[in-house]
Amino acid sequence: MDWGWIVDNRDLITGLLIEHIWLSAIPVVIGLALALVLGVLAHTYRWTYPPLLVIVGVLYTIPSLALFIVLPVVLGTQILNPINIVIALTIYSGALLVRTVVDGLDAVPPAVRKAADGLGYKRLPRIVTVELPIAIPVIVAGLRVVTVANISMVSVGALIGIGGLGELFTSGFQIRFMTEIVVGLVLSLLLAVSADLLLVYLQRKTTPWDRLGATA
Amino acid sequence: MIGEIWTYLSSPGNWQGSDGFAVRILEHLQYVGGALLVAFAFAFPLGLLIGHTNRGVTVAVNAVNASRSLPSLGLLTLVVLFSGLGRAPVLVALTVLAIPPILNATYAGVRGVDKGAVTAARGMGMTEPQVVWQVELPVALPLVWSGIRSATLQTVATATIAAYVALGGLGRYVIDGFAVREFDEMLAGALLVSLLAITLDLVLALATRLSVSPGLRDGGRQRLPRAVKRFTSNDQSPAPAAG
Amino acid sequence: MIEFESVSKRFPDGTVAVDDVSLVAPQGKLTVLVGPSGCGKTTSLAMVNRLVDVTSGRILVGGQDISQSDRVELRRGIGYVIQHSGLFPHRTVLDNVGTVPRLLGWDRSKIRKRSYELLEMVGLSTEQAERYPAQLSGGQQQRVGVARALASDPPVMLMDEPFSAVDPVVRSSLQDEFLRLQEQVGKTILFVTHDIDEAIKLGDRVAVFAAGGHLAQIDSPGELLATPANEFVASFVGRDRGYRRLQFLPSDGISVGPAPTARVGERAHDGWTLAVDGDHRPLGWLAPGGDTVAEERLEPLGSTFTKTDSLRAALEAVLVSPAGLAVRLDAEGCVDGVVDHATLAEHHQASSEAADSEREPR
Repeated sequence: MDWGWIVDNRDLITGLLIEHIWLSAIPVVIGLALALVLGVLAHTYRWTYPPLLVIVGVLYTIPSLALFIVLPVVLGTQILNPINIVIALTIYSGALLVRTVVDGLDAVPPAVRKAADGLGYKRLPRIVTVELPIAIPVIVAGLRVVTVANISMVSVGALIGIGGLGELFTSGFQIRFMTEIVVGLVLSLLLAVSADLLLVYLQRKTTPWDRLGATA
Repeated sequence: MIGEIWTYLSSPGNWQGSDGFAVRILEHLQYVGGALLVAFAFAFPLGLLIGHTNRGVTVAVNAVNASRSLPSLGLLTLVVLFSGLGRAPVLVALTVLAIPPILNATYAGVRGVDKGAVTAARGMGMTEPQVVWQVELPVALPLVWSGIRSATLQTVATATIAAYVALGGLGRYVIDGFAVREFDEMLAGALLVSLLAITLDLVLALATRLSVSPGLRDGGRQRLPRAVKRFTSNDQSPAPAAG
Repeated sequence: MIEFESVSKRFPDGTVAVDDVSLVAPQGKLTVLVGPSGCGKTTSLAMVNRLVDVTSGRILVGGQDISQSDRVELRRGIGYVIQHSGLFPHRTVLDNVGTVPRLLGWDRSKIRKRSYELLEMVGLSTEQAERYPAQLSGGQQQRVGVARALASDPPVMLMDEPFSAVDPVVRSSLQDEFLRLQEQVGKTILFVTHDIDEAIKLGDRVAVFAAGGHLAQIDSPGELLATPANEFVASFVGRDRGYRRLQFLPSDGISVGPAPTARVGERAHDGWTLAVDGDHRPLGWLAPGGDTVAEERLEPLGSTFTKTDSLRAALEAVLVSPAGLAVRLDAEGCVDGVVDHATLAEHHQASSEAADSEREPR
């Protein structure tokens, strides 16, 4: 391990780290927003769910690297544009999260739904203000998996020239410099762990009722 | 673009030769098949054991979570730098990466078997091996298959990336194409590997459908704890319930 | 039969689940182990098929010390039913039922035949045979569980709260059917429940367990209600045990008097009149003061009793009768006589004293 190199290049490393954070965070956030909308729709209009699942299934099956290449062609953008990674990962995350959102909404006890209806809630407000909060634990569980997956997948982008910590892997490999690769791995790991902890913290904050007793 | 791609994919010249589609597809299948076989041989019995005896759970769960957080490109480059260029270390890495999804799914599947059924089986006079083979395994089967599917998709993806560290297979088109900015080649590789992944997944879905007891078909959508379990202790596979 | 000889179970962390329990579950009878949570009844049951091992003492099944038998063989010779049935979700109902015969190596056609027989015995239609447990209701699943336990025709059965997980209406009919089944097959059964009413309804012998794993009392249900051994048993058995005990006393010794009957259109009696039809079957009561029996002035009968009914049925009939007279019917449903409250009370007193003097010293 060449510690000196790390110190000398800390600007570069920090820059890549920040780039990586952006490239992973944006898809998750936008993907979640998409998934919430689609998920609520699929949950409410049940007939849309099976076809949606098929599309989601196909998207999930395609390896990330392939997705990064095929998507620009479909969308008409340049393959090497970083925006492609963001779009591809957004679609990928959204696809995974739709399933989670629907599962979470499905898991809300029917008694709660009926009670809300009985109290006079209209359908959309009921879903958004009653059911979704209850579904938070399930959704966050899925979010954690998707976030960690995203962090891993952004580094794959380095193979088609898009930045992030992946560049440490390709660069390190090309000049046979292990330190660079190890730094990349360690930072990725730390990033994944931090993101996970952050999500757990957010979950605790938004669901104070959960810790007081057993969930459903 | 589509017209060009179609010509590219359908011209027979591109299918022949040592860098032809046929060879690469076969290579890719060999890498995936080999890694899965070995990973399964290791992870499946281990998962059964952990699930049945309920010991070693924490170690297993942590191993799975750790492997999920490590970027495969980083791992591959590290492994190759460490042990030199060559296929063997990469294949070992592929195999090791395929273990956690199978291990996790098997263990979760066995744990998810109705405890009452297991107690009843024991109380009626089944030996421990009989309890595992006749009750725990068949009921855990849907989850085991989902673990295999997940491991397959992951290995197909990682094998594609591994072309970067000099492995063959369909990733070659992406890596080599990128090196000379030949987008047609890259796209061809991406499409072929996508089709391969989808085909393998469908085959496995069919295998699941054929081998799992009809009595288990509803699986999954019943209670909150199960949905949560799927995401925290299991992997991201879309459940076979869709297929 | 099943015998416990000073059996105790102490777990590694020190808890004593079963404390020096000795009892005999007689051959061909249903013995119920009942008590509050944590009293050791389930652990005691689990020791019989060695799902839990005895710490001290012996258990004998059919005269054999079970610690000397091979665990697996022992279990294949004992029927086992648990709460929530524990059916194998991946096997059809028919295959579930045939589990033990399959383990014993019976040949296929014999297993099939026997499984179909059992399904009929527990009240399931042959349509259910090819279904999977997930497609059955809770009550149906429980029936399959019972059929599965009976498949190899074991002499002994262990049942661990088998009817607790279904709703009360279903539970009641399952209990009734099970009693009928037991009359047919006459197995030696050890049955665990936390419900004292179920214990009294089903048991030939009832063993009450107290916290800490002690056996507080073991007796017939009638005796248990009549003479609880201590405060705990008395309170566990519950209130109105005096009244509930009446169901175990016979009514055939009651001397009934002639009933004041009259047919519709005939002259009424001076006091209450019991209107009857042409076959001497009861229609209702006519209050005193009327001169002819007219249908529209009749009050409802309430309930009636027969010679084979218990003293409780007779008392019930007296209590709901507008005339204060219980109507007894014969086997064809024709009026046999009436009895008033005072006579019943005397009779009860007399038979209690008789029962007391017959009771064995404790």
